[in-house]
Amino acid sequence: MARFQPFQLNPRLKRSLIPWLVPLLLLVLWQLLASRGVIPTRILPAPSAIALAAINMGRSGELWGHLSISAGRAGVGFLIGASLGLLFGLINGLMPRAELLLDSSFQMLRNIPPLAMIPLVILWFGIGEEARVFLVSVGVFFPVYLNTFHGIRSIDPGLIEMGKVYGLSPWQIVTNIVLPGATPSILVGVRFSLGIAWIILIVGEQIAANSGIGYMAMNAREFMQTDIIVFSIILYALLGKLSDSMARGLEHRLLPWHPNFQRTAKAVPSKPAIS
Amino acid sequence: MSTTTPGTSLQLVELTKTYAGRPVLSAIDLAVDGGHFVAIVGRSGCGKSTLLRLLSGLEAPCDGGVLVNGEPLRSVNLHARIMFQDGRLLPWKSVLDNVGLGLRGDWRSRGLEVLRHVGLHERAGDWIARLSGGQRQRVALAKALITQPRLMLLDEPLGALDALTRIEMQQLIENLWLEEGFTSILVTHDVEEAVTLADRILVLEEGRIARDFRNDLQRPRRRGDPGFSQLTAEILDTILTQGGQGSAPQKTADHATEAVTPEHGHSPRPTGQPAGARGSERSDSPPIGEPSGALTAQLQ
Ligand SMILES: Nc1ncnc2c1ncn2[C@@H]1O[C@H](COP(=O)(O)OP(=O)(O)OP(=O)(O)O)[C@@H](O)[C@H]1O
Ligand SMILES: [Mg+2]
Repeated sequence: MARFQPFQLNPRLKRSLIPWLVPLLLLVLWQLLASRGVIPTRILPAPSAIALAAINMGRSGELWGHLSISAGRAGVGFLIGASLGLLFGLINGLMPRAELLLDSSFQMLRNIPPLAMIPLVILWFGIGEEARVFLVSVGVFFPVYLNTFHGIRSIDPGLIEMGKVYGLSPWQIVTNIVLPGATPSILVGVRFSLGIAWIILIVGEQIAANSGIGYMAMNAREFMQTDIIVFSIILYALLGKLSDSMARGLEHRLLPWHPNFQRTAKAVPSKPAIS
Repeated sequence: MSTTTPGTSLQLVELTKTYAGRPVLSAIDLAVDGGHFVAIVGRSGCGKSTLLRLLSGLEAPCDGGVLVNGEPLRSVNLHARIMFQDGRLLPWKSVLDNVGLGLRGDWRSRGLEVLRHVGLHERAGDWIARLSGGQRQRVALAKALITQPRLMLLDEPLGALDALTRIEMQQLIENLWLEEGFTSILVTHDVEEAVTLADRILVLEEGRIARDFRNDLQRPRRRGDPGFSQLTAEILDTILTQGGQGSAPQKTADHATEAVTPEHGHSPRPTGQPAGARGSERSDSPPIGEPSGALTAQLQ
């Protein structure tokens, strides 16, 4: 009796496929249960229905409208918050006097969750764009500020001393030693704050908005369009992942010297040991 | 020696440094002529690095002062280049950019030239993280050399290197010193290194210069030559019997250094003149020139 031979995949391909096995099975199970009516559509629509909703929204252009609005808000809020965080991180990191003046105030403000300010923000700005941009900026500011400050303060004092002995001016020390040395830490702050920007935006758009992905989801709730709601959630996950990849790309670009980001010579296969 | 400008001369006048009420250097008087190679040895924590930091102007003395070419030193000493033990290279700059740090104008060709001198011109574009420890030290050396310093301060520059690389680097430093004629102050734990390179070896003890050895052995010096081993053994004994543990029998400095052939005779101090007061209390009995750990002359 000839034994059944499963197809022979090469081991590397196998390794990259195996992690997808469980999600795929769950998806199939979900599809089956939903289409049999075991899970009511009101609670969770079938994956196929969600895909269909996505395609429809894409066709009608509604999706791109909301998407670009949300991305714009996240982008503007991020730029404002991150620039200010970077600016104050640099000022306080480089000037102990400024740190004395400002740092403890920042530490106090840091403990306020930005979302706790929503009622106040709505009173200040209404539900216009400023409200959401403001919330995102506040949320982004602190991670960037803290990591910039920390990055500057944790530079090896030996390197700064070396700069002095080699006759560098204070400005040259900042540009040649302090800033490049703090960059890895600053980028950690950037990456972290991108995640925060999306979280704040989701909540902000669901509570007070008339456009954007969060609004799209809340609007769908009124019409019990669970497919669109689930699709919005997936969209946030994808956008978060996308911005994280962008931050990582930035790390690779800005830190080519860093051992963690150095491209290993994969093109050259390691030679076998001498036989 | 193709010396254009002579090496910097140094004069330390009652140089004193105290940390939190604890004296680290107490009233050190010392004159170093331009172009000399001086080594400073001593136990860990005796103030060797502190002395170098004072000479480089990174630290201000609590009392007394330093005269550089006769001028009092008030801020960072721009005649001096320090080579630190850990190299202190910037990982975010290429090898060549590290060498030219802070230079203006067209230094790149000169940078490559200096790198060729230390045998690293092919690595000019590499990141520091890709270099071995010895290669990093050579970059640090190139970086110190590019400005043609008149005073080189070396704080255990080779401490982290393996024995072979260390010997290579010592030869490199010696050759560069012979070519360039700068004044060198070398702090080291390795007595053999001091004897290989320096023509004057100071033993620092409790913030004072306890002994001042003159070393006129002919260059290039070879470990294992009788004069070399003798001097090494004697310096080691001086260091090891410090701090009141000197129960082992001793010999005096003059006894040992007599055997060393004076050759250039340009040392500013008479042979083995003790700067501390301890020399006279020592008995001298044991045979000289024993292989007394001369090859394991590493103090910690
Ligand atoms: N910034 C400082 N503050 C307080 N004490 C210090 C400081 N720098 C050095 N010391 C003290 O001064 C003494 C001498 O230090 P130094 O670094 O000069 O020693 P060293 O001879 O170079 O030792 P090693 O061979 O271990 O490098 C030590 O006891 C050290 O604790
Ligand atoms: Mg030291």
